[in-house]
Parts: sequence; structure tokens; C-alpha cells
Amino acid sequence: MLDIPLSALAAQLFTGLVLGGIYVLLAIGLSLIFGLMTVVNFAHGSLYMLGAYFGFFLLGLTGNFWLSLLGAPLMVGTLGLLVERCLIRPLRGRSIDDPLLLTFGLSLVLIEAVRIIWGKIGLTLDPPRALDGAVDLGFMFFPLYRLFVIGVTAVVLVGLWLFLERTNVGLFIRAGSRDPLMVRALGVNLGRIWLLVFALGTGLAGLAGILAGPMRGVYAEMGVTIIIESFVVVVVGGMGSLLGAVVAGLLIGEVVSLTTFVAPKLSEIMVFIVMAVVLLVRPSGLFGEAGLLE
Amino acid sequence: MDRRTFLKATTVTAATVAAPALGRGQETGPIKIGFPLPLTGPFGALAQDQQRGATLAMEELNAKGGVLGRRVEVIFRDDQLKPAVGAQRTKELIENEKVHCVVGGLAAHVQMAINEQTKKSNILFISVSQSDEISARPDTSPVTFHEALNPTITTRAVGGWALKNVARKWWVVYADYAWGKQNAAVFTDVCQKAGGTILGSTPYPLGSAEFSAHLPRIQAARPEGMFTVTPGADNIAFLKQFTNFGMKKQMVVVQPLHWLPTMKEGGPEIYDGIHAATNFYWELAESIPQVKRYVEAHQKRFNMPPGDYGAYAYSGVMEVARGITLARSTHGPAIAEALRANPEYDHYKGKQWWRKCDNKSFQDIWIVRGRGPGQTRGEWGLLDVVTRIPANEELDRTCAEKGHV
Repeated sequence: MLDIPLSALAAQLFTGLVLGGIYVLLAIGLSLIFGLMTVVNFAHGSLYMLGAYFGFFLLGLTGNFWLSLLGAPLMVGTLGLLVERCLIRPLRGRSIDDPLLLTFGLSLVLIEAVRIIWGKIGLTLDPPRALDGAVDLGFMFFPLYRLFVIGVTAVVLVGLWLFLERTNVGLFIRAGSRDPLMVRALGVNLGRIWLLVFALGTGLAGLAGILAGPMRGVYAEMGVTIIIESFVVVVVGGMGSLLGAVVAGLLIGEVVSLTTFVAPKLSEIMVFIVMAVVLLVRPSGLFGEAGLLE
Repeated sequence: MDRRTFLKATTVTAATVAAPALGRGQETGPIKIGFPLPLTGPFGALAQDQQRGATLAMEELNAKGGVLGRRVEVIFRDDQLKPAVGAQRTKELIENEKVHCVVGGLAAHVQMAINEQTKKSNILFISVSQSDEISARPDTSPVTFHEALNPTITTRAVGGWALKNVARKWWVVYADYAWGKQNAAVFTDVCQKAGGTILGSTPYPLGSAEFSAHLPRIQAARPEGMFTVTPGADNIAFLKQFTNFGMKKQMVVVQPLHWLPTMKEGGPEIYDGIHAATNFYWELAESIPQVKRYVEAHQKRFNMPPGDYGAYAYSGVMEVARGITLARSTHGPAIAEALRANPEYDHYKGKQWWRKCDNKSFQDIWIVRGRGPGQTRGEWGLLDVVTRIPANEELDRTCAEKGHV
């Protein structure tokens, strides 16, 4: 265990980065939605799955992966828009459990709907030819597509940061999550901001789905496990904290990857051990504020 | 008509009308076969294949006038791939539907739960999916039969072949649950006996979608061959990542089984050149007349060829029918006795037989290899047949090893 070659360790850290990237995209959407709306969105995993299925649908329609990569998150985001307006909005002001139960039910409905439309057999989503194959990084062969996923995640994160920090809408979003009452008193239509944030969060889940499809396969249950892990990431990072989602996502990705290397059997449980330790030391997560859930 | 004549006439009429109803029950109604299977869940596609196989068997039997002159009815129930649900559905089939026999199950742990129920009611159960325990003590029973292959037979067959023909230095990746562990253990044993080396192994939790973190370590060990026990959706995710990381060029991959619906899902690119065993493949129709008949009937009825697990289900239902015909009874122990006394049968691919001591079916196995892109034949022509491994009781553990006296 101690004579780990340096190249193998580097390879392991690199694979952890991709794992973390997918976690980050999912967790940031969850965190954004929770931070502003205090909605625990259990349908997030199913929307991730829908991103992959919409991607498959668009790829069949257009034959172009890049168009599908743009279109699938937009479609999922639009669905998110409808979900917020028609299902979540009426529950506004009720206890935090109500939207939680609603989105949990919705996730089951979406999985069943996908089984009815696309069948119980999963699908294959091929990456574009340009991203086929592996590159020699010196310490290992690494799939080009995975490098691309790391790149997309980085670009999306920078874009999101600029949007939240440098635009007026971003300002409203940040203000809305701090003190919704005051923002409303200043004449801002918070309903529209909720719509936008829910669409943005779900769109990011859709993006994670279409990005993960070519790596992991596309099937109706693909969001079931990852939603649990994403919630762990959100909790470790601190509910509602975007920086927390990024740091915790990458941290969990690396922890899983490194544990897999030294003790594969522990890799799954390790995620929860990290969560338990973080919660013991910092009950509201690495970057969370206390009292959001009360 | 005087009073006496009227009474006589009405009594006779009433008796005539009521008699068939009184005699019905177990004797003249349909022969009911319960069939629990995981129609929902990750093995849904394989379960549908099973359902088609059992339906075809039922329709063929009824077209020939049924069994003992009675119609055959197969009643399917979704066990959701959960042992508790499987046990509950089986109980309902036995108590409410009054089934005479049970065929079915698609996972080792669920078929054990089904078996507990049929054992209690002394009803014949023909299990049609893989498990080592189902035909071993203490789980088995005199009314428990096992039609499918098991991990020991499968991996001794494919492992023995792979050690001789493919590679000597191996790495094993397996899902960390009963079926995965059994296959990994058998392969390790086969490898050691054949003078090969296991460089290392990777257990992972069943239902994983991400394997990339396991791959650098395997790459660094430089095995010549990789034995992977990754069922269902795991199989596709693993092979996809294995291929993407460029490892297919570095080592040969062998698996215990290929499942046709899973292969169709994953596509020929990832299954290209991957070896495995199978109990059945429809293109065997070119050389085996029984397969030809079965595949044509299936194709005609469902517009697609049968898969491997569908074939087990077909054979299971046919064996129940044969047993009842031989025993002239639907009583579990009587059918079991009749099958043990007449062990040979041939429903779809050639001779099979029941071993008397453990009610285990022995049958031919084929080593197959995935076809690459551009080499597939239609939607389902995904495999090349490499060789046949003839049915052989020595591939399984002996009855003494399985706890039978």
C-alpha cells in the first residue's frame, strides 16, 4: 500500500477530477435551488437522467452532438420552468417537507415515463468522433472525452460565477437568498427569480446528464444513486453554498478515487464517512450558514 | 307430472348441472404455472425475454391440446428484483391463484426467496436463473429443480477455455454480491489449477456506473487477461470506460456470460472481441435443428429471436408440462419423482438431463465472442460462436460437495 508509484497516484487524482466535475454540476444546481427557495429537489437525479435521454433524442434528430449538448440542458431547463411554476409554486409558504415529497414523487413519475417512452432497455450515447480515443498523459492513457468534461465543467463554473457576481439578475439572486423579504420590499419580482433559478439549476442537471451519458451509459435509473451522492456533496459543502458545492464536489470525487485505489471496498462508504466527519466538526457544512433549515 | 316425478326430474337435472362444478377444482380446470420475474428494475429487458419464452411454451402446449387435456395458464407476477417481494408474490400465486407449479426468478437472491415458499407448500419449482445454492443443501429440496447454468459450471467452462486459449496472467473485476463473488472464486480456483496467475482483483458495489477510479491500478499491473463479472447495466458502464481508457488494446476480456439484450443496449463497439459463455444463441439454428424450430417459432410469434434467459423460461415451462404428463398428477412430489425417473429431455437445443441427486440440469454450453461494428447481422446478430463445451456433470460440484448424501 505504501509503495504506490507516483504515476499511478497522478492517474488516480486525474480520474477523481472527472468524478468530481459531475458531482459539482449536480450539486451546484441543487445548492442554487435550495439556497434561494429552500426546496430540496429530489427530482434532480431524474432531471440528470432526462438530460441524457433528451441528448439522445436530439442526436437522433440532428445528428450533431454539439447541438444536442446545447439543446438537452435547455429542454431540461424548460421542463424545470414548468415544474417550478405549476408544481412547486403552489406549495410556497408550506413546510420544507411538502416540495421534498412532491419532487420525490416527480422523480418516480419521470423514471416511469422514460421507461414507457424509450423502453426498459438503456441506450447508447456516442461521443463525437473528434473526442474519440485516448491521449497519453505520460503517466496514463486518458480518454479525450473525459478531458473535455473537465473543460466544460470549468467553463460552466466560470460563466456561472460571472453571472452571479457581475450581473443585476445575479445580484437579485444573491440578495434573494440572503433576505427574500427585503428584496421583495424593494419591488423585485421574486417569482421570476425563482423561475429562473429553478430552470438554471435543472438545466445544469441536464448538462451533467448528457455529459455523463457517453461515459456511463444511458438508462432510466442512472440518476438514482448519483442523487444521493450529490446530496452528500451539498451537505458537506454547506446547504445553499455554491463555493461549498464546488469544493465538496471535487473533494468527494478525489476521496472516492483515492479510496478506490487503496481499498476498493471502502470507496462507497467513504463518501458518508467524510460527511459524518465534516458534520461533526462543522454542523452546517464546510461553507454553510447555520439555521437555513429551520 | 305428479309430485314424485317432478322431484325425480329436478334432482336429476340439478345433479347434472352441478356435477361438473363439483368435480372441477383441481381436476379439470387449467393447469396453472406461477412465474415471478423482475419486470421492473435493472433486469427488466431480460425479464421480458423470459416472459416471451414462457408465453411461447404455453401457447405451443395449448395448441397441442394442453396437458392431460387441460389448458395451460402461465401467471406472471413482477418481483421487482427484491427477495421480499418475490416471496410475497409467490405466496399469493400459491394461495390465491392456486398455481400447481412455479417456474421463474432472475436473480440468485430472489429465487432463494421463491424457493422458500414453494418448499413450504411442497410445490414443484423450476428455477431458471443462475445460483450455486439453489441445488445445494440446505437450500434445495426434493421439489426444487434448477434449469439454468450456475456460476460453478459457467466459470469452470469459460475459465478453463480462457486459460488454455487466451491468457495466463489475469485480473478479476467482480460485483461484490453472491453471484459476483461465486464467479470470482471459481475463476481463481480454475486459474490456480491450470497454472495461471491472478495478479489482483477488484470487488465493487453492484449497481456502479463509474469504474474509472479502478482502472489505473489495473493498467499498472499489466495483466494479459481481464475476467469481469459485471451484470446488467454495470457491464455496459464498465466496458465503455475500459474501452475509452484504451485498455482493450492492452488485454483480452473474458466474462462468465453474454446477455443478448444487454449487448444490444451497449452496442458492438464495446463488445467487440469480448468472450463469454452462453446457454443459448439463436444463430446456432444454422447447425442444430431443434434450435432452428425454436427460433423460427419465436421469430414468428414475437418478430425477434429468443435470448438466453428466454430459452431457460421456455424450457422450464415445457419441463413442468412433461413432468405433469408423466406423473398424471399436479402433485409436486409426484412430478419431481417422474422427472427424476425420466431425466432426459430436449426442448430447444439438444439433449439435457436432470442429475438425480440434486435435480440439476446438465446441458451444452457455447463460448461466444462479440462481433465488432460492421460485422453484426441485423439487430440481434451480435455474436460469433467460438466453440461448444458439451454437457458434463464434472463441470459442477459433486453431489457430496453440495451436501447431498
